[in-house]
Amino acid sequence: MKPAPFEYHAPTEVAEAVRLLASYGDEGRALAGGQSLVPLLNLRLARPKAIIDLNRIESLAYHRLEGDVLVVGALCRQRDLERDPAVLARCAAIADALPLIGHLGIRNRGTVVGSLAHADPAAEWPLLAMLFDAELVAEGSGGRRSIRAADFFKGAFSTALDPGEILVEARFQLPPEGAGTAFVEVARRHGDFALGAAGAVVAGDDVRLALGGFDSVPLRVAPDPEAAPSAVNPVDDIHAPAAYRRRLAGALARRALELAKERAR
Amino acid sequence: MTLADFLRGELGLTGTHLGCEHGVCGACTVLIDGASARSCLTLAVQAAGHEVTTIEGLGTPENPHPLMRAFSEMHGLQCGFCTPGFIVSAFEYLREHPQPNREEMRRDLSGNICRCTGYVKIFASIERAAELMSS
Repeated sequence: MKPAPFEYHAPTEVAEAVRLLASYGDEGRALAGGQSLVPLLNLRLARPKAIIDLNRIESLAYHRLEGDVLVVGALCRQRDLERDPAVLARCAAIADALPLIGHLGIRNRGTVVGSLAHADPAAEWPLLAMLFDAELVAEGSGGRRSIRAADFFKGAFSTALDPGEILVEARFQLPPEGAGTAFVEVARRHGDFALGAAGAVVAGDDVRLALGGFDSVPLRVAPDPEAAPSAVNPVDDIHAPAAYRRRLAGALARRALELAKERAR
Repeated sequence: MTLADFLRGELGLTGTHLGCEHGVCGACTVLIDGASARSCLTLAVQAAGHEVTTIEGLGTPENPHPLMRAFSEMHGLQCGFCTPGFIVSAFEYLREHPQPNREEMRRDLSGNICRCTGYVKIFASIERAAELMSS
């Protein structure tokens, strides 16, 4: 339960971090909040040759609302958003989701962008990224590029990031003021990984539904609770049978859509 | 090296307990710049330049923190393994909610696991500590 030895770097500039990460090829890992990566290190499920710690790069510690876009830097902690009344007031789905992420001590350290880069199929932020058509900004030795959420999640814990690239920013395209949004999930205990989750937007004719935990990646599906069970491809495991998860997809879809509709003005 | 191993092994501050070592149990909770964090998921080197508060920093046997007194008075522990983590988390909780309620406590302390007592006496201890702190 102790990490295997690794080299450690704590650069203070993004360019330096990119250079260091690239120098290790696929044997380097970027570290932000550490709430997903450090357990993997402790369990030795991940044994990178080098850790590039982003926590000293002050220029990445930001979030802001730019009109309808929520812009989140790589060192923005979950708790930073949870404590920002402007963000909570602007997007109900995000306000719904934040308290469901791990536990308070996890949210004090864990980052939004780190969760996206980790790409757990049951995690909240990947689902929100799909729901809000997020643009994910990666920086590598060739410069910056923007990746649409729909192109970013490749599989469980697998993303479109190339070795040597760091996810530096996420840009969530929030629906216009007055739209209703909602996020609901079911977990065995508060703070556990969700068995399933759903996010919805109701903005006039723009009605959207995203489901998480039901496939290797979060899904955008037709906003129809009746169709949701057949739109998912859940696993059958110790936590719940696949048939239960299919029913759950329908139930969560209904709850999320109804709540978003109630909230729409 | 994790912060937890540094505190315990290098500094001899063994009040911080290590349970699961992968972020699930909360026994190793400390405050980093006043915010609770799992010291098993933080590298020791990351604490450089930051203020770390452990259970030892909250009170001593001679001069216990009101939370420590209350856990003793109200039997908020049995084996005691989870207690330092609970007290550190409860310290943060009471700082932000000086008048505790059970609903909030369930939510904000969900990251600490006790395997002996159940949580009723732990919550009663935190409520008692709030009384002690306000009087």
